[in-house]
Amino acid sequence: MTAVTDPTSIPAAHPQRKTPKGTFDLIFRNASFLSALFVLLLLAGIMLSMVIGGWPAFREMGIGFVTGSQWDTQQDVYGAWPAIAGTLSTAFLALLIGVPLSLGIAVYLTQLAPLWFKQPVSTAIELLAAVPSIIYGMWGLFVFVPLFAAYVQTPLSNIVEGMPIIGTILSSRSPSGLGILTAGIILAFMIIPFIASIVRDMLDQIPSVLRESAYGIGATTWEVVRHVLVPQAGVSIIGACMLGLGRALGETMAVTFVVGNANRLSASIMDPGSTIASRIANEFNEAIGLQLNALIALGCILFFVTFVVLVIARILVARVKAF
Amino acid sequence: MRKILILAAAATIGLSGAAQAADITGAGATFPFPIYAKWAEAYKKDTGIGLNYQSIGSGGGIRQIKSKTVDFGASDMPLKGEDLEKDGLLQFPAVMGALVPAINIAGVEARQIKFTGPMLSEIYMGTIKKWTDPKIVALNPGIKLPDANITVVYRSDGSGTTFVWTDYLSRVSPEWKSKIGANTSVQFPVGIGGKGNEGVSASVKQIANSIGYVEYAYAKQNKLSYGLVQNRDGQFPVPETESFQAAAANANWSEAPGFGIIINNQPGAQAWPITSATFILMHKKADKPEQSQAALKFFDWAYKNGDKLAIDLEYVPMPANVKDQIRASWKGITDASSKPVF
Repeated sequence: MTAVTDPTSIPAAHPQRKTPKGTFDLIFRNASFLSALFVLLLLAGIMLSMVIGGWPAFREMGIGFVTGSQWDTQQDVYGAWPAIAGTLSTAFLALLIGVPLSLGIAVYLTQLAPLWFKQPVSTAIELLAAVPSIIYGMWGLFVFVPLFAAYVQTPLSNIVEGMPIIGTILSSRSPSGLGILTAGIILAFMIIPFIASIVRDMLDQIPSVLRESAYGIGATTWEVVRHVLVPQAGVSIIGACMLGLGRALGETMAVTFVVGNANRLSASIMDPGSTIASRIANEFNEAIGLQLNALIALGCILFFVTFVVLVIARILVARVKAF
Repeated sequence: MRKILILAAAATIGLSGAAQAADITGAGATFPFPIYAKWAEAYKKDTGIGLNYQSIGSGGGIRQIKSKTVDFGASDMPLKGEDLEKDGLLQFPAVMGALVPAINIAGVEARQIKFTGPMLSEIYMGTIKKWTDPKIVALNPGIKLPDANITVVYRSDGSGTTFVWTDYLSRVSPEWKSKIGANTSVQFPVGIGGKGNEGVSASVKQIANSIGYVEYAYAKQNKLSYGLVQNRDGQFPVPETESFQAAAANANWSEAPGFGIIINNQPGAQAWPITSATFILMHKKADKPEQSQAALKFFDWAYKNGDKLAIDLEYVPMPANVKDQIRASWKGITDASSKPVF
């Protein structure tokens, strides 16, 4: 932050510029300072109001608010663990599916695709990024979910039934098509355009002389990608993935449609669950009293989780840069 | 030119001023939104006065009327007497609706399958797991039921519909009452949640061997199959306006302050067991008497002229004697000098 603002405050050129230009500079500098300050104030304001709003829930439940798995509006007992676990597992599944696909798209587009194919695919990716999340949700619920239930969940449940571990993770008691895995897949579709287009731009920026020299000494495409492109673009690939993760963690509408909205923990990723954002979207309208505080406290936790993810991303990027 | 501009400006100010003084604002429950919108449209045609109703959910409606940002709030769940007293609110029912258990079983048509209340509660508790459970089979001889797990569908969003449904299950099953209870959102032990009526009906439609609860109007419009439910007199009435009104006719409306009773499981051979009213909340001490008066006039008009519109949309109008009691209760809304506004 300081590195950016410091140069503007160097008073070296002042003596010569006292005329209107100097006043303009002053106004300009203060205006841009205020704009920057505005962001900080906004963030602090949001954080403060969420902590204040959620405080009664934290106070009432203590650490049980994070670790508890009961969400009972009758007894006013609130535990966020199933929602936190759902948020993390859907986002993780989304990355697991989305990142390899995105990298594949980016590498193919920049290295292998013929020109006539490159343009339409690039446009398609940008259009996909512009589709509102509710459309993904509705498409997921009405089109994807029935197909997923009939052609993936039901046969898979029959196959893995009785197997140790896999049988627990992949079986569903009643194959409805809705669940943690479905949410993860829909989220993957949503983050692919982001990750793919950022990585594509990064790969495009790598000087072609590097690539050409690698080819020149007889490297295969795979070797060029592995030893030239990935090390060059490594930082930005991680950055892109973290951006995708951020979106996956906070996505609300699409997830609410397909996650199954069950306030329970389940060992199977085929079973319905819930995420922090979907829980808030579901219950906010009708919430009163402590339930409302608990929902705001949930928002606080989501804020915190996203913050931690950002910090980890920063550390990772710094590590990779240091190499 | 300038004159014209001034005239135009004056006209606009005049128009918007008039509209502002007269337009009624309300917020709350989503369940009655279609009928309020229909009434508002017809009322505007009759009187020129508009109604701006935001269907933000009952909880939001209660919050907004408490903070006095609207002329009336609307809630599917009646407030208790002491809560009304505390906030100085007056409550009355506007219109009623009914729920049906929607089902999706291949080969089973609407109104073919029968349930009892305790049976529905066991299905929603997860103790009845399969459609071939002996209890279901015994009540439904002659229907071919699949040997499949039941997928239970509920409303994931907080909603008056869930309140009515869980209130009914609490009345027919002591176990449900003690373990889960009745509220706008509860901890369902099994099943999947759909957001909104459309989420539940989409899930029931798509998932084979599922059961969900939706408003009757929704089941009918979406051509969902639904079952019959045994009422308190042991009968299996058909869900239709007559059986819904029978439920309302036998209820004792003066039992709770602000008509705050839930008419689930009422006596009467004809009475549909899962029926409920939706409520309006207004401040007893009107800050803006003319606005409160306009809102009351609107509901008075709706009670007089709105029954047919309600029935068209599968809502149930309040019985005539209850309407009179409600009008009498409006005397409780007064201006600063304690004079009734209506």
